[in-house]
Amino acid sequence: MKPMRIILAGQPNVGKSSLINAMSNSRLKVGNFSGVTVEKTEICFEHHCHQIEMIDLPGTYSINGFSQEELVARNYLLNEEYDVIINVIDSTHLTRNLLLTLELQNLNKKMVLALNMYDEARNEGIHIDAKQIEAITGIPTIAVSANTKEGIDELLDTVHHIYDDEKRLKSKISYSDAIEDTIFKVRKFLDEKNYKYKDLSTREMSIKLLIEDKEFFKEIHDKPIFMELQPLLVKSMKKIYSYYETKDIVDIQSQEYHSIARGIRAETLKREDKKPPKKLTKKIDEILINKFAGIPIFLFFMWGLFQLTFELGAIPMDYIDAGFSWLGDAVGQSVSHEGLRSLIVDGIIAGVGAVVLFLPNIIILYIGIALLETTGYMSRVAFLLDGFFHKFGLHGKSFIPLVTGFGCSVPAYMATRTLKNEKDRLITLFIIGFMSCGAKLPVYVLFAGAFFAPEVAGNVLFYIYIAGALLGLVMAKVLRLTIFKGDDEPFVMEMPKYRLPTLKLIYIIVSQKAWSYLKKAGTFILAATILIWFASNYPKHESGNASLQLEHSYLGQTGKLSEPFFAPLGFDWKLAVALETGLAAKEVVVATLGILYNIENEVDEESDQLLSAIKEQIPFATAVSFIVFIMIYLPCFAASMVFAKEAGGYKYLGYLFIFTTTVAWIMSFIAYNITLAII
Amino acid sequence: MKLSQLEIGQNAIIQKVECSNDLKQRFYSFGIIKGATIEVEAISLAKNTIEILVEDTSIGIRVEEAKSIEVEMI
Repeated sequence: MKPMRIILAGQPNVGKSSLINAMSNSRLKVGNFSGVTVEKTEICFEHHCHQIEMIDLPGTYSINGFSQEELVARNYLLNEEYDVIINVIDSTHLTRNLLLTLELQNLNKKMVLALNMYDEARNEGIHIDAKQIEAITGIPTIAVSANTKEGIDELLDTVHHIYDDEKRLKSKISYSDAIEDTIFKVRKFLDEKNYKYKDLSTREMSIKLLIEDKEFFKEIHDKPIFMELQPLLVKSMKKIYSYYETKDIVDIQSQEYHSIARGIRAETLKREDKKPPKKLTKKIDEILINKFAGIPIFLFFMWGLFQLTFELGAIPMDYIDAGFSWLGDAVGQSVSHEGLRSLIVDGIIAGVGAVVLFLPNIIILYIGIALLETTGYMSRVAFLLDGFFHKFGLHGKSFIPLVTGFGCSVPAYMATRTLKNEKDRLITLFIIGFMSCGAKLPVYVLFAGAFFAPEVAGNVLFYIYIAGALLGLVMAKVLRLTIFKGDDEPFVMEMPKYRLPTLKLIYIIVSQKAWSYLKKAGTFILAATILIWFASNYPKHESGNASLQLEHSYLGQTGKLSEPFFAPLGFDWKLAVALETGLAAKEVVVATLGILYNIENEVDEESDQLLSAIKEQIPFATAVSFIVFIMIYLPCFAASMVFAKEAGGYKYLGYLFIFTTTVAWIMSFIAYNITLAII
Repeated sequence: MKLSQLEIGQNAIIQKVECSNDLKQRFYSFGIIKGATIEVEAISLAKNTIEILVEDTSIGIRVEEAKSIEVEMI
């Protein structure tokens, strides 16, 4: 049987994803700032023996706008096949949300209105008469809450019912007299001519003509009827223009929708005066977006997050480290074949172990970012930083993808879709790589740990991140002044109410990320590790000497080939190899270094060993130069693919490669020589 | 006067929104429309962005954009 396709449409921060979660218990990311759900997500579950497919459209304030997300939403609504729209509404912001409802209604599709966050509205003393809304608009309306699960079954039943119904419910909304008058005249004419178009009533057709619906105009324009229709339309429109004192149909439409939305609110919403709404959010905002305290507080949060990542993360790391070396010992003893033992112990266990080792750090970092997103603080930060970012040719909203970039570049690239202006988007895309992602953290932790005392290592880590971010900003300005000249997007952004995320929500977000990190470790990185192990052990060198073996291996040969390119930066062939394997995934850099530097120590793969090996064998200036190069050069394979997709073609990936490699080389060269001069 | 000239805590009614259709559409979808009542909630350092309250929603606007909104203080 064909599955029932349901589309969830709504404004940002109305809890669409939570609602899908409540309906199906799926794993979906839910955030409290504009534009978290940037992908079309489809999930299936059974209800009343119906196969149901849910599509979560990106949250949009309007479907008439021009931003990437609005276009995605509109194209989907207009061109894709689906059965029912669930228009999700934030009950605490009824008027604004109804504006989208009115736009959606003119699509003339089967629709259900879900008044979400009804529990929150009730707590604020707001009561909405859902039946009354249904009576006014003609759209079945259900009060629901994704948090308390109330109304969820009723919502699904209603959707099911509407789906089974052969006929589509017609809108009951009435417009102002001037417009109704015109609708009446046009409709009468269409009735007389007995004009038919799809399943639309003549009233719906008339409305489409009034709102200048391109598709319908195209349809009717070529018909003989248009000859008589045109004068009638022109005459009617003139009346409307004089009534509204403007000829701008966007103006007229907005005014009309606004007064209807306000009217519906006035007739259906009652507010108890038990406490003024938004008080808490306002109080918090007085501190968090305070003129003077706002930015220092934000920087403090960021600094605290990185301290936690390093200090707290170190505790479980010791256990994981010990666990893997024990595993290596145990397995090593039970495998007798030398080549096989080397593959398992030195290749697989050591490589994957080095990746898993950093899981605690990454989990802490992701918890921090998840908190930023879900509480609503992220929008405030965009508000605080827009002035600053704007100076660098970026948009305050660029902050969101950029901060996400500290976690992983893949979602960060996708988050750039919230930026409407193409140039703003491209600049942001190009500099996301400068925000060191979670996978680069192991490399930094390793080097910071090797060259600095544990007390200062956390600070060093923080400076590395800050240096990358600042360089990114400078590069943004350079790009804005050279390649991407032009106007930037206006900053008009909702500051959602502060919401405390549930533990479950944070757990879902973080566990999802952690799993995908581990999955990467188990598949992609495992394969890369085996490849590196093979390339470093073959062809076999006769002498049996470990370092000679490595030098003459395929890996050594590749590294040596590129050595001249890296020589001015102080890198030997080992570091060159590590960089090259890092193109596959940044986690592999540490794994490669582990194999390259621990070669003489066959059994013990503890990171302490690697730490001291690096400390002994790599000069400080080279280490600095290496960190700088890692910080800047091309992101991992997976992220590069996403970049190409989001930027609009592989040629952009080519530009990114040239851009990042050039900048990385120059900056490393400078860092290397400065460090040499100082020491 | 312009929206950008208001101070924190001041209330006003919007008289006119004059800008590109693109921006206008965005303002409208937030309820920033002729006749709406607004309150200035916060102004960022160096007055780059201002936060206003419109129909229970807080909205951050860059000062340059706020200049296209004509208001009357109440």
